Amino acid sequence: MSVPILCAHNLFYDFEESGNSVPVLRDLSLDVKPGQVTSVVGPSGCGKSTLLYLLGLLDKPESGEILLENNSMTQASEQKRTEIRNEKIGFVFQFHFLIKELTVLENVRLPILKSGKSLQSANAQSEEILEKLGLIDKLNRPAFKLSGGEQQRVAIARALSNSPRILLADEPTGNLDSSNSDAVFEILNEFAHEGGITVVMVTHNMDLAQRSDEIIRMMDGRIVT
Amino acid sequence: MLSLELALRYVISRKRPMAMSLLGIVFGICFFVLTQAQTAGFEAFFIRTILGTNSALLISDRFQNSDGVVHEIDENGRTRFLFNSREGSRYRDGIDHPEMVHSALSDYPGITGVSEVLRGHGVMHSISNKSSVELHGIHLHDHQKVSDIGKYVSQGSTNRFATDPMGVLIGSRIFLKLGIQIGDRVSLSGGNENIQLRVSGVFESGVNEIDKNRIYLHLKTARSFLNRPFGGAVFQVSLEDPGNAPAIADQMQSFLNHRVVSWQEREQVWLDVFKALRLSSAITVSTILLLSGLGIFNVFAIMVIEKKRDIAILRSMGFTQSDVSSIFLWQGVIVLILGIILGSLLGILSTYGVSQLPLRIRGIFSTDSFVVHWDPWHYIWAALISTIFVTVATWIPARRASKIEPAKIIRETN
Ligand SMILES: Nc1ncnc2c1ncn2[C@@H]1O[C@H](COP(=O)(O)OP(=O)(O)O)[C@@H](O)[C@H]1O
Ligand SMILES: [Mg+2]
Repeated sequence: MSVPILCAHNLFYDFEESGNSVPVLRDLSLDVKPGQVTSVVGPSGCGKSTLLYLLGLLDKPESGEILLENNSMTQASEQKRTEIRNEKIGFVFQFHFLIKELTVLENVRLPILKSGKSLQSANAQSEEILEKLGLIDKLNRPAFKLSGGEQQRVAIARALSNSPRILLADEPTGNLDSSNSDAVFEILNEFAHEGGITVVMVTHNMDLAQRSDEIIRMMDGRIVT
Repeated sequence: MLSLELALRYVISRKRPMAMSLLGIVFGICFFVLTQAQTAGFEAFFIRTILGTNSALLISDRFQNSDGVVHEIDENGRTRFLFNSREGSRYRDGIDHPEMVHSALSDYPGITGVSEVLRGHGVMHSISNKSSVELHGIHLHDHQKVSDIGKYVSQGSTNRFATDPMGVLIGSRIFLKLGIQIGDRVSLSGGNENIQLRVSGVFESGVNEIDKNRIYLHLKTARSFLNRPFGGAVFQVSLEDPGNAPAIADQMQSFLNHRVVSWQEREQVWLDVFKALRLSSAITVSTILLLSGLGIFNVFAIMVIEKKRDIAILRSMGFTQSDVSSIFLWQGVIVLILGIILGSLLGILSTYGVSQLPLRIRGIFSTDSFVVHWDPWHYIWAALISTIFVTVATWIPARRASKIEPAKIIRETN
């Protein structure tokens, strides 16, 4: 058994709605194994996205603990969490979140440049990943001129460009047709199995979930087995 | 630098609103320096004129010791005089012992010239007309050191005056009124005797008061005409640093025991008018900069809302709050720097253009075109004021951008 790279212990998360505190996650714990694709499934509103934001250090739980490579994130400063997001975590969402003023290459190299690497190595690293995703000929195109499937692949390239340990994907195929969905899933699968990247993917696509290494089912803010 | 690059992209991709914001700053700065150059130009010209005609300091009237003077023994045991107020002191008309004052001033620091002037009144007659005049008896050589009299002579010459003991330099308005020519004889009455003078030159200072009243004679001639063989004169004194005149006047007054008035005190009313004019035009024009600041605030506030998804994804990939706010601050810096450069250039061009416009002014000085004063401080002030407005206009939206919570925006978007 491999050691989990990402653990959640007893997470509670509420949100305030017109003065009332509504529970979203209730005592949720889970371990994510490295180098695998883990799918998170469950009905709408059960807290999947919330869980992903907490795992990705974009948000903080009311209580409970996140452990990343065995380090507790509870005490980490905002600065530290921001650095960890840059170095170790990549995000892909249903919406691509590409910056339309930038070209494909410029979008993809943002996290690398942010980590302080030189422009040359950022370009080299970005081109390598775009090559793998079959986007090398779109390098200098404005991001907004691509098709939906291409944009999502650029978003994946951006999430992977700074060589993160973990990729968190929230319904990455939600806006794509089935052939584009398949392609995206295959990419994630490949990066997990050959690149050693840990992928956690929220999805409604049961077919894709079945093809992943592990499935986590959620209901009403809890994990069900 | 990554923030700067993003800022540049955002600026370039929003050409129209950015150009409008830029235009506001450019015109604001341009108008600011232009109006300052004009008001300061007229003020400087005015000061040059009053220094050129009446000098920096005027020494007159000996104080009566018994009234206005307070004695004090200083550390060295010498007696000094202190004056509590000029208004409170009594003085006697004119200087009784000009040689003493003259020699006392000879090694006074910062003085570039001293001219003894005997003033009086008379009536000047030509064949066709007469005019009451205020006569100033001078030593030409001394007087040239304390005034621009030579420059103001428009017909005839100071040389002609210098070589003719009965020569007279006449204010341009008197000259016109009397209908005379250079070299003509005129008579001066109202003094000890009627005397005949020869017109050596005409001067035009542009100051109405002077041009329609004043004539210059040789001091000796004036003394005999006014029947004042000794004393009674005043001194015009020019200074290396006319700006320091009030302090020197105070010092000199206690040193000489004579009333000493600086040009600032003499012309205070006009100087205040110019100051008020300069300030009010600065304030008025600053409202253009304020308005363009509001425009920039508006552009950036909207942009922060439009760009909240970009901000969210940047934060998710490791941009800090200050990285995000600096993207917006840089945009402000870009607009500001461009605005300052273009605004200053336009300001220089239009100031030059205005200085070429014809405009005839007589009355408090004489000019035939707009007078402008080139002063780097006008540009510095314009830059400073626009920097303040743009900083505020950018800082608030930038701060708002940095406070955007990425998880919230991402949740809303998906
Ligand atoms: N900040 C928030 N504002 C509004 N609603 C929230 C917020 N956080 C969580 N929720 C609510 O919590 C529940 C879980 O949300 P989410 O994690 O997005 O579920 P899922 O991704 O499984 O559909 C939803 O009902 C959602 O409306
Ligand atoms: Mg969701």
